[in-house]
This record gives sequence, structure tokens and C-alpha cells, in this order.
Amino acid sequence: MRFKDVFSIIGPAMVGPSSSHTAGAARIGRAARQFMGCVPSKAEIIFYGSFAATYQGHGTDRAIVGGLLNYTTDDVRLPSSIAIAEEQGMDITFTQGTGLYPHPNTVRLRLTGEQAEQNVDLMGISIGGGNIEIVEINGFSMKLSAMYPSIIISHMDWLGVLASVTDVIRKCEVNIGHMSLDRKQRSGRALTVLELDGMVQQDLLLNLEALPAVTSVKVIDLNTTF
Amino acid sequence: MNFSTLSELALLCQHKNLTIGELMLEEQSLESGRSKEMEFAKMADYYEVMKEAVQRGLTQNTTSPSGLTGLDAQRVGAYNASYESSLGGPAGDAMTYALAVSEVNASMGRIIATPTAGSCGIIPGVFISSQERFGWDDQKMVYGLFAAGAIGYVIANNSFVSGAEGGCQAEVGSAIGMAAGALTELRGGSPAQAIHAVGLALKNSLGLICDPVGGLVEIPCIVRNGFGAVTALAAADMAMAGVRSVIPSDEVIQVMLEVGSSMPEAHRETAGGGLAQTKTGREIMKNLRGE
Repeated sequence: MRFKDVFSIIGPAMVGPSSSHTAGAARIGRAARQFMGCVPSKAEIIFYGSFAATYQGHGTDRAIVGGLLNYTTDDVRLPSSIAIAEEQGMDITFTQGTGLYPHPNTVRLRLTGEQAEQNVDLMGISIGGGNIEIVEINGFSMKLSAMYPSIIISHMDWLGVLASVTDVIRKCEVNIGHMSLDRKQRSGRALTVLELDGMVQQDLLLNLEALPAVTSVKVIDLNTTF
Repeated sequence: MNFSTLSELALLCQHKNLTIGELMLEEQSLESGRSKEMEFAKMADYYEVMKEAVQRGLTQNTTSPSGLTGLDAQRVGAYNASYESSLGGPAGDAMTYALAVSEVNASMGRIIATPTAGSCGIIPGVFISSQERFGWDDQKMVYGLFAAGAIGYVIANNSFVSGAEGGCQAEVGSAIGMAAGALTELRGGSPAQAIHAVGLALKNSLGLICDPVGGLVEIPCIVRNGFGAVTALAAADMAMAGVRSVIPSDEVIQVMLEVGSSMPEAHRETAGGGLAQTKTGREIMKNLRGE
């Protein structure tokens, strides 16, 4: 069954006009914001395909920026997000991307933080009805739906790292619904994505961060309203 | 969910002696693992958003960012108030409210996707005008939304509910079917009658293409929401009177799948055909893109 429950039919609550071009875009922006952990000082927003052709009419631009401000899909501040972000000092540019892209509704976000290690380069696609996939973060490929609480772990591609990661999660009694790993090179830097069936608790994150091969642990959870 | 077709849904309701809305609330709670009270409260919140959207569309400036649409609900409302409309009072209200919510959507206001943003006006138009007319309480209306959701759930999983996949029949058509079935139940019809209403309604929108001018959820989406609300009332009346969908509603859903699957891509939300590619449609698109 593609649609699992009543709220995938009645819902989401959202600011219009389009579930794919507005609500989905807001969710991609918010996922990027949560991964980054702060408001970017500079945001280069690059649209592809149908997003590039109709982003102004659908408010895709405002939805993305609203997401970067951590707004949910039904936040009434979404239409004025660009002005609000610029007041807060965010330097925003919109461009049309060239070259290959994975889906008609694709956006790349190049976000700059206060420190260089906060910078994020993320690509997301909006696949319909407000549903999204994050397909790339900082050069690592993935397929993250953001439907569930998700953990993104940067680590070294060393022997037994995944075993120690899943062991920490098992001890916290959380089930893993989906998992993927991509690495830059053998024994080099790697990124693991985990979608979980339960809420992400603080001690789970601390235990993961304490693992020797792990360099950072980030959470994306679009079900939260804060 | 313990049903995947409308006939299974009707049988289950009969077997458990529940309305479609009551059954769907039970099934939803089983699926999500949350209590019935929590799921009911979430749907009640959604109904409040629908009511706010109607009010906003009737009273505030709904001119869309493109400038192409807005304020038609207020035009129709004013006309209905000062002339004897051809449609008549209650149907006129349903149409006006549906236009209002769709215009709120197009002007970046807050709505509930039912099942999508492009078809978000039909269910609020039918529900809120009927609530005012018959004096129903909110609790009844929220059960009605669960009923609409159950019907939409079957349509979505056996066919589709997005214009990009199946054309406008899948968005506006599905919403009309959902509204018609739910209204039949709200009026006191049996689950079997409600399901006949779905089939009757869906048959009337088979083949409807998705051809938004400039790719925007404005032309012809907004007026189709207005028309859709009126059609839902008509289908509910036919079903209440005892009119049956001789081709069973589940089979009509299969026809929607067949027709949508063979629809050219140009007629599935790409703005590559239909109204979007008329002489005027192309001019509007050029202006929007600043060419």
C-alpha cells in the first residue's frame, strides 16, 4: 500500500499552493536546517527542472527559505520568509541549475555557516504529496525520506564501525527501519544514514558521538514542531 | 487497514455495525499505534484549518502571487446574496466556499491537502456549507472527514490521487468522490449508499486532464474545485434517492487507473498540453517567466 493511513489522504496541513512545489520544498529546507543545526548566514539555492521553471509562482523559493528558518509546512510565516531571513542577515541567492538532475523537482542547497565545518551542500527532490527524498549531503549519496526520525553519522570507513553503531542503537531499544552507507574511498570518510522507528533520545546521540571512528552525529526529524 | 476495496469497506461496516467514519477512526488508531482520542483530535484540528480557510477566502484578499486569480469566491458570494442564482442557495454556498479555499491555497494561505493541495476546496466546501445548513456539530463533521479519508485511501491505493500520475480526475475527481460518499453518510445514508455515491461521482470526472496554465495551481484548478463541490452534492442526492452505480464503484476506480495510465504526459500536470498550451495559455506562461 503506497498510502498507509488516513492522514496521508486528509493532510498535510500546509501553506499553498502545491503539495510538491511548496510543502515538499519547505520540508527539504527544514531537513537541511536540522542537519546544519543553525541558521545559515549564506544560502545558495539552485533549482532544477520544474522547480526552476515555476518556483516563483509556486512560492518554492519562499518555502525553501522558510524551511531554513525551521518553519513547518503549515507555518503562516512561510510567504514572508525571504524578508524575515534577510532581516536576520541571511544572504540568499536563487539560480537555475544546469546539467543532470535526478527528478523534475530538484533543488540543491549550498549553505554557509559561521564556521567552515558547518557548511552543508545538500540535494533534495520533492516526489509528490509533500513527500521528499534527500539524495545527497556533502557529496555522499543517500535516499532519506525524512518520514521517520533519522540519524546521519559522519565517520571513518573502518572495520566494525557499523557494528558498533547498531549495537549502541540496539542498547537504546530503538528499531532501525532503513539504513544506508556511502564512502568517499576505502578506509576514508563515510556517511551512514539510519531511519528509526522511535524518537531519538539525547543519550543515544552522546553514545554514538563517543564512538572512536565517529566525527559527527546529526538528527533530521520533520515530525517535530520545534 | 483491514480493507483495500470499497466493497470490503462496506462489508466491514455492516459486520461491525459501524459507520464508515467510525470504522476508519478505529482502523487509523490500529495503524498508527496512537489512541482514538489523539487521532480524532488531530482531525478536529484539521477541520478548524478548513473553516479558517473558508473564512479567509470570503473576507481577505486572495489575489495570487502571479496575479492571475483571486477574489472569485467573493464575486460569487456577492452575486448569490443579491440575485436569485441559477444554482440556488445551498449549492451556491458549497461552490462559493470551495472556491474560497482554493483561492486561499493559490495565494499561499493555509489549507489541508484533501487529497492534494490542487483539490483542497471540495471537501471544505461541501462540509462547511452542509454543517451550516443542517446545524450539525463539529464531532459529526470530524467523523465525516474520517469517512472521506477511508474512501480516499481506497482510491489512492487502487488508482492514484495526483494529477502528475493520473490527471485531474485523480485529484479533483477523487475529492468529489470522497465528498459525495462522506456527505451521503452524514445525511444518514448507509455505507452501501455512500459507496454508490462515490461511483456515481467518479464516473462524472473520468478522463479529466490536468492542464494547469503556467504549471500553477490556479487555472483551471480553482474553478474545478467550485464545480466539484456542486457535483458532490448531486451525487449524494442521487445515492440518497436510491440511484445505484450499476458499474460497482471499485470497478469505476479501476477505470480511473486505466484512463489515467494511458493519458499522455502532456495532460498530466506538465503544462505541456490542454489549456496550458492554448494561445493565451502560452502567452501567460511567457509573461510569468519574464520572456
